[in-house]
Amino acid sequence: MRSRIFPLIVTFVVFVALYLIGFQRFPAFGTTRVIANFLTDKSFLGIAAVGMTFVIISGGIDLSVGSVIAFTGVLCALLIGELGMHPLAAFGIALVIGAAFGAAMGAVIHYFKIPAFIVTLAGMFLARGGAFVLSQESIPIEHPFFAQISDIYYVFPDRGRLTVIAVLFLIVLLVGILLAHYTRFGRNVYGLGGNSTAALLLGVPVGRTTIMVYMLSSLLATLAGVVYTLYTRSGYPRATIGLELDAIAAVVIGGTLLTGGVGYIAGTFIGVMIQGVIQTYINFDGTLNSWWTKIAIGMLLFFFIALQKFLTNYRGNFGLSRKRAVAPAGD
Amino acid sequence: MVDQVPLLQTQKLTKTFGSVHALAQVDFNLYAGEVHAVLGENGAGKSTLVKLITGVYHKDDGTILLDGQSIHPQNPHDAQSLGISAVYQEINLVPTLSVAENIYLGHQPTRFGFINMRRVNAQAKALLQTYNLDIDVTRTLSTYSVAIQQIVAIARGIDMSAKVLILDEPTASLDAAEVQMLFKVMRTLTAQGIAIILITHFLDQVYQIADRITVLRNGEKVGEQLVKDLPKRQLISLMLGREFAEIAAAGESVAPPISADAFVQARGLARKGMLQPFDLRIAKGEIVGLAGLLGSGRTEAAQLLFGIVHSDAGEVQVKGQRITLKSPRDAVRHGFALCPEDRKVEGIIPELTVRENIILALQAKQGWFDFLSTARQEAIAQEMITALRIVTPDSSKPVGELSGGNQQKVILARWLAAQPEFLILDEPTRGIDVGAHAEIINIIKRLCSEGLALLVISSELSEVVDYSNRVVVLRDRQKLTELTGDDINETTVMRAIAEK
Repeated sequence: MRSRIFPLIVTFVVFVALYLIGFQRFPAFGTTRVIANFLTDKSFLGIAAVGMTFVIISGGIDLSVGSVIAFTGVLCALLIGELGMHPLAAFGIALVIGAAFGAAMGAVIHYFKIPAFIVTLAGMFLARGGAFVLSQESIPIEHPFFAQISDIYYVFPDRGRLTVIAVLFLIVLLVGILLAHYTRFGRNVYGLGGNSTAALLLGVPVGRTTIMVYMLSSLLATLAGVVYTLYTRSGYPRATIGLELDAIAAVVIGGTLLTGGVGYIAGTFIGVMIQGVIQTYINFDGTLNSWWTKIAIGMLLFFFIALQKFLTNYRGNFGLSRKRAVAPAGD
Repeated sequence: MVDQVPLLQTQKLTKTFGSVHALAQVDFNLYAGEVHAVLGENGAGKSTLVKLITGVYHKDDGTILLDGQSIHPQNPHDAQSLGISAVYQEINLVPTLSVAENIYLGHQPTRFGFINMRRVNAQAKALLQTYNLDIDVTRTLSTYSVAIQQIVAIARGIDMSAKVLILDEPTASLDAAEVQMLFKVMRTLTAQGIAIILITHFLDQVYQIADRITVLRNGEKVGEQLVKDLPKRQLISLMLGREFAEIAAAGESVAPPISADAFVQARGLARKGMLQPFDLRIAKGEIVGLAGLLGSGRTEAAQLLFGIVHSDAGEVQVKGQRITLKSPRDAVRHGFALCPEDRKVEGIIPELTVRENIILALQAKQGWFDFLSTARQEAIAQEMITALRIVTPDSSKPVGELSGGNQQKVILARWLAAQPEFLILDEPTRGIDVGAHAEIINIIKRLCSEGLALLVISSELSEVVDYSNRVVVLRDRQKLTELTGDDINETTVMRAIAEK
């Protein structure tokens, strides 16, 4: 078995196990209604997590995601409500701003050699602050377009609804997989995360790739913000605080190594779905506080990090011996 | 071969860093289809030459000609597109990607803008088969041995451009069978007319594979010969800059009272790939020198003795008691100290003051909770400054602002303050000026007379010969011999290094 794919398999097994536990206790887990709701409820987290996967595979991190979603919501609410723009135009503007924001963060990370953690932390404050400057309060959005969108859905035989935003999530997922595995950009991201010096020497355009990775992450975070706006029909500056951490959790649970270079978009999808299953189980149970979701995710995260550590050590035998073997050069 | 026009030629190639001539007016000639070894001790200018040819550095003066055309590679990319590829010892591939992806990263065959993975894999497999390497190219690179990774790197380099291949210490981490595998690949390539520049410290391998040798010393070319015209002894004296005949017997080696019992004793100490089983005994008041060329295993021996790297065979005894060395902490607890070779990287903390740097080891030994009072610290620092004649206005000057020799003394002071019983000095005099050099040697001698057991690693033969009571000679990670008493002089040491 290839060690690269092993964490992904573990993730999948955990997902199936959790799902079966849920199904055994609440037969409703088997209905398309519940499954379709996973997709809808987790769509904005999932879209953001796809972008986060690219960032983490490249060896970086993006802490600005939750704030960018909130900023997008408030911006769209203002553009639609105050300026009377059509929602699609507002979304377009938001996406352009989001992409530029991400590209700027990527450029700072690359050209000034500042750790991504710090730069995106600054980005997080900027976007969150920006959202509050635009509005202190939640702004409801009244526009016929929103009603139209929520009226479009595909109904499964047992009345599960596949909504527009769920479909959007699935499209992002597919595009993400194609981008990651079948384009030079995607492979460059893996190369960059695996060993940035080597990648540079092998001809990977490191600067361009870094900027594009953060641009992609912010663009998808903005798209997640659009989805969030469609979902809640409002813009709220206090929204999705800490969502980036849920996204990171989904990525890591999905088998992506935090050290970069190894990971799968599909794994992230399962990571997101695992969070959905846990949340749904706790909702169905009714007696458990919803914060138990966090505890369960925390435990899973811990388990997966331990697994990664174990795997990298196992794999790392070689890496270490190579380092030692190199040492004689210093003699 | 001799009448040919060189494929790659440098004329009066010069590169200076500050006031140091890293390379001075070097004429280098590389012919198609040959393996050309570039040899020299550390700082001879080998890597500068390679970096100029591959565009990592830019020349100050002189010309580089490829096929008679003057070239100006701006970066490794440029050089590669001109037909010059380099494979370094620390293989520059991405360990987490598959073998095939490493070969084609950045220039994968695509269809409608998407990578055609099947073609990537098929092409990679076919390419490696031409190197007699039939492996699963979809597996992660890091799951393969260094030797295979090296061949993958070579295959990538040759596939992208195939005129000149530079191999920098390619065999440093390979075992004997792997070395032969690599040599086979090299011969296949030269048969195709590719010229290979080989940089290595393994002289035996040079005689096995190379056709021609260029020797550099202190940035200057001191010789270019066909391998068959250059016996090994002559090669070594070229590298070291001394003729055997010229070297007068040192003769005056000290014969101090050696206490009968060894303080430290190593028996069969070894680690696969680093050092063959190694015996050593050092008594208090004795100086043992470790001599050998670069890469002979000197530093490795020190690393094993100090617990930086775990041995996988053999044992270390202190006063006859076997001890476990899991980390440098264990070593320090038994009264060991190590002055590392590269003071910039491993030794000083430039932002801290002289005093803080000096008390570091002592404080660590005592444990951080038993804090030394500032007065005590100051007293120790002053004592050391006086004893070692460290030139500094006061003990609160940041070490980074001192001269190289004084920085070296501060490191020495740090370990002396911890009052070790066994001190390992790795290249104690490298990169310091002549005056400081002599002083450090005097300090070494004095320490020894005060009852310290000393192990000194040095490339300076004259120096080793001067102060050592015994000299252990290493080559190819193996202890060759041990010289004592009157046998210690530069000629004997050089002969030991050169001969089988």
